[in-house]
Amino acid sequence: MNITTNEFFRTRRLVLKGAGVAALIGLGVIPFDVPQALAAANDKYPEEAFKQKTEADAIKALYGKTAEPSDKVKMDAPEIAENGAVVPISATTTLADVTSISFLVAENPISLIASYKIPAGTLPSVANRIKMAKTSNVTVIVEAGGKLYSAQKEIKVTVGGCGG
Amino acid sequence: MASSIRVRATSNGDTTEVQALIQHPMDSGFVKDAKGEIIPPHFIQQLTFEYDGKPVFVADWGGGVSKDPYVKFAFKGGKKGDDLKVSWVDNKGATDTTTAKIQ
Repeated sequence: MNITTNEFFRTRRLVLKGAGVAALIGLGVIPFDVPQALAAANDKYPEEAFKQKTEADAIKALYGKTAEPSDKVKMDAPEIAENGAVVPISATTTLADVTSISFLVAENPISLIASYKIPAGTLPSVANRIKMAKTSNVTVIVEAGGKLYSAQKEIKVTVGGCGG
Repeated sequence: MASSIRVRATSNGDTTEVQALIQHPMDSGFVKDAKGEIIPPHFIQQLTFEYDGKPVFVADWGGGVSKDPYVKFAFKGGKKGDDLKVSWVDNKGATDTTTAKIQ
């Protein structure tokens, strides 16, 4: 009788311990997710990257690594832009785990135009309108799975969009 | 004052497509005015779209984005009638926010 009672208590204690551990794991997972989501929301504006004059420096300041060309990055842009002040450009990719998409114009005084953060659940496809000072190569950088992939195209500009 | 942000979000049941048009000069700081004086930089730096309390899209912009900027993207989920919060902040610290209903 005594033994069974002891065993009962021991089992009960084990069960409680188990529940406690499960509860701790449960609690642990939730606060872990929240700061990640907040970090994505409060991600700082990449001030330095937007000060760089050349494309290579801007990519370095923004990502700290270099990109390799990929045919999985598709850019939709005109061959000739009549008005450099408004050049419609869109980019899309079939790559998985995309975390950001950036647009750069090599010949602009500031090369980096825009950088878009793509949280999980958002499709890796962006359309926007950019300014081009003159005929230039335009580069799209896709960050996917921690690596950089790029696509490039020359757009001819007949009227510059940066004054002068 | 009317909002500087015009946003249209449409759900097809699976994904929500978002188009936004914002009124802003987006001065790059490289353009001279008629008197030959440089127009100081004045552009939106960050534009954020939030759904259900989480960011679904964050744009970091420089002065190379066209005046009255336009952007289009899509995200999975989003129900008709739900709110999508859009806000921006520019390099002078000005901000604007609006909330659109997903259609």
